[in-house]
Amino acid sequence: MSSLFKSRILSAVFFLLSGLLATSVLAGGEVNIYSARKEDLIKPLLDDFSKQTGIAVNLVTGKEEALLQRLQSEGANTPADVLLTSDAGRLSAAQKAGVLQAVKSETLTAHIPASYRDPAGYWYGLSVRARPVIYAKDRVKPGDLSTYEALADPKWKGRVCVRSSDSVYNQSLVAGMMSHHGEAKTEAWAKGLVANFARPPKGGDRDQIKAVAAGECDVTLANTYYLGGMADSQDEADKQAAAQVAVFWPDAKSTGVHVNVSGAGVTAHARNRDNAVKLLEFLTGDSAQRWYAETNNEYPVNPAIPPSATLKSWGEFKADTLNVAKLGELNAAAVRVMDRAGWK
Amino acid sequence: MEVDSPPPQPLSRWERGVWARADRWSLLVVGAALLLALPVLTVFVTALQPAGAVWRHLAATVLADYVRDSVLLMLGVGAGALLIGVPAAWLTSIHEFPGRRLFEWALLLPMAIPAYIIAYTYTGLLDFAGPVQATLREWFHWTRQDYWFPEIRSLPGAVAMLALVLYPYVYLLARAAFLDQSVAVLEVSRTLGAGPWRRFYAVSLPMARPALIAGVSLVQMEALADYGTVQYFGVGTFTTGIFRVWYGMNDSAAAAQLAALLLLFVFALLVFERLSRRRARFHHTGNRQYRPARLSFGGPWGWLATVACLIPLLFGFLIPAGQLTVWALRTAPRVVDGHFLQLLANSLLLALGAASLILLLALLLGYGQRLRPQPLVRVAVRSAGLGYAVPGTVIAIGVMLPFAAIDHSVDGWAREWLGVSTGLLLSGTLTALLFAYCARFLPVALHSVEAGLSRVRPSMDDAARSLGSTPRGMLWRVHIPMLRGSLLTALLLVFVDVLKELPATLILRPFNFNTLAVRTYELASDERLADSASFALAVVLAGIGPVILLSRAIGRSRPGYDAVP
Repeated sequence: MSSLFKSRILSAVFFLLSGLLATSVLAGGEVNIYSARKEDLIKPLLDDFSKQTGIAVNLVTGKEEALLQRLQSEGANTPADVLLTSDAGRLSAAQKAGVLQAVKSETLTAHIPASYRDPAGYWYGLSVRARPVIYAKDRVKPGDLSTYEALADPKWKGRVCVRSSDSVYNQSLVAGMMSHHGEAKTEAWAKGLVANFARPPKGGDRDQIKAVAAGECDVTLANTYYLGGMADSQDEADKQAAAQVAVFWPDAKSTGVHVNVSGAGVTAHARNRDNAVKLLEFLTGDSAQRWYAETNNEYPVNPAIPPSATLKSWGEFKADTLNVAKLGELNAAAVRVMDRAGWK
Repeated sequence: MEVDSPPPQPLSRWERGVWARADRWSLLVVGAALLLALPVLTVFVTALQPAGAVWRHLAATVLADYVRDSVLLMLGVGAGALLIGVPAAWLTSIHEFPGRRLFEWALLLPMAIPAYIIAYTYTGLLDFAGPVQATLREWFHWTRQDYWFPEIRSLPGAVAMLALVLYPYVYLLARAAFLDQSVAVLEVSRTLGAGPWRRFYAVSLPMARPALIAGVSLVQMEALADYGTVQYFGVGTFTTGIFRVWYGMNDSAAAAQLAALLLLFVFALLVFERLSRRRARFHHTGNRQYRPARLSFGGPWGWLATVACLIPLLFGFLIPAGQLTVWALRTAPRVVDGHFLQLLANSLLLALGAASLILLLALLLGYGQRLRPQPLVRVAVRSAGLGYAVPGTVIAIGVMLPFAAIDHSVDGWAREWLGVSTGLLLSGTLTALLFAYCARFLPVALHSVEAGLSRVRPSMDDAARSLGSTPRGMLWRVHIPMLRGSLLTALLLVFVDVLKELPATLILRPFNFNTLAVRTYELASDERLADSASFALAVVLAGIGPVILLSRAIGRSRPGYDAVP
């Protein structure tokens, strides 16, 4: 017994030591990334980058807030050169927290339209996601749909599925409405929408789409890449569900469809600043932008890149031109509005 | 620090040595406990910062719901885990029935499945769009309005999911307790005319109380800390509230205050529980070293016992693991690549390293508390054991902040005096991660070790000491051999817990370092459930081997196992 224990002690000590030795990587031809984008949705691009430039990329993924906290607490000693998030609001929060630095690059300004990047260059959008209305083809005529606001109309009573207000996608959507229509009007709208819920919010975006396909409700709000993922899925049930629904682009005559970006900024204490800028330029360039569209059905930020076939099949749409930084500023207020509206 | 009343005569050299050593024990225990309580203390310190106007908003809108749902979840999961775990443990440890040897270890399997994974799989099966309801609608030509079906994504659903994967904690600790119980006591109660049920609830159950309480409080703490399941099911608990305030409202002070409130609540419960059994003692006083005969169930009763054990196994493991297997078979060729073995190795090494370390710490704290039962020592040990009730993310932040502070002061000192920068020595290393595991999972091991120690008669200590054994010698030669079952239980529980651990791993791991749980989560949270199945299944399979081995070892550790009848 005791020899077993002693060997365990040794292994524990070894572990502690190996942890100490495996400290954060030191400088060289490399760039270090904290990424809130999942490994699958960024690693292939980083591998391409390494192949093309010979710059090694080190990656750690996690949730936005946690990565931001890690950056803040590591301060000037942080090994991270780039913070990558899947939401513009989080980037502007990072900028406010002082962990990003402004970078200027003609390539980046040429690649990215003004509404998808920070005016001062603290962060840049990399891909666009749209959150339109998705409806059941057999029960809803596109003519019945018009705007996000119209979904609060009593005619949709018991026909709307939406995921929880915990989701940053909904928080960002409501923040967008608030900046267009003001807080009071948005709250009234949220109450109307909640009154139309077919069921209490639960599950993710795909679950909402499936519920529409199965007939539990008739319309929902979901990011297009989830629908694309289902359509391209190898699961027959997913494919069938995706075939039973269609995309409606709301607010075509007014403010446009709610969009948000995934994006990245160079950290304030980046040791590999030049490599970091090179990486951003690469991610907004031709091959990377095509990859976003073809692999994850996101819209390219770079207007020079034509959308993929799946994206084209959903038709063209007018995107909200509001600067996505605004969404971050209003995020907390949006959560409070949804709390008051009883949007769980 | 107060020491027991000093002896009247001047101390001999030998005695002075003993006192110094005894004091060293209390210092060591208090020091270790405080270190482990660091993340929790950090939460409290962060909570002292002024928060925005969030509290008024919360109180006016969602706070009451958070409290209600958290309490209901805690009570529901606790009751569910008891109802499944205790009968299963009683049946498999004392009785003989068809399939008993299989159930002994198989009943532990659900704990290898992360809670949010079982939630996803059952949702896939049971929700409106899933195969069960779709088939019903097809058979009976129903539409949505025509029938009622229990909604899986609800509070009761969350209770069911968590109870199904958490009951093994109760089962394991209860089983260890039942196996430890003196067969002589049961024999005596039988000769006194007590029937099987009476022996169960009047003799075995009360004697197993420390173990049951330990199991239930682990289960309840884990239920309170759960984020994945309740969030997916749309249940608003304290934990979802913490993240909503932190992520959605960007108010980390208010989030820390919610977390501190949760901690205080758990601390109060633990203190209350301690007080309620203050005077009770649970060690055995007699000797009973002979091979126990299992009570045999005949005919239909035996099969009934089989069915009773099969139900939790079916719903807690076979169905979800079956669903995972179906998914994995379809997606594995696409998602499993060369990195798979690396992920497996990372997960196993991390789990083994953390489990061993935590077991040592638990033994140190549990035994130190037994040697020095002073108030200060007790409070210190209790506060080291709080980490389990808060979400792993909160603990991780509680590790990150002080570690970064240490790194910065070392770095500042080195820059000033040596002219070099030491950078980050602790932050972003496996050391930080291991420390977070210790802070979070110590209670799991501690409960088990304490439950085991409480069954060792104090007269054993007295005998060992009077024969000249030092406290350390007594630990190695007397307690550890007697505690073997409890220690193995603790090791197993922590191993499996670390294997599935996600939030702290996610936040604290170094660059380019992934585990199976991280990979599972990344795919599942991207709503690619089928793709995540291979990795989830690997977590389960990696947990099964140790489960079987240790279950055997625990069975062998039953008093009297090796003795000749």
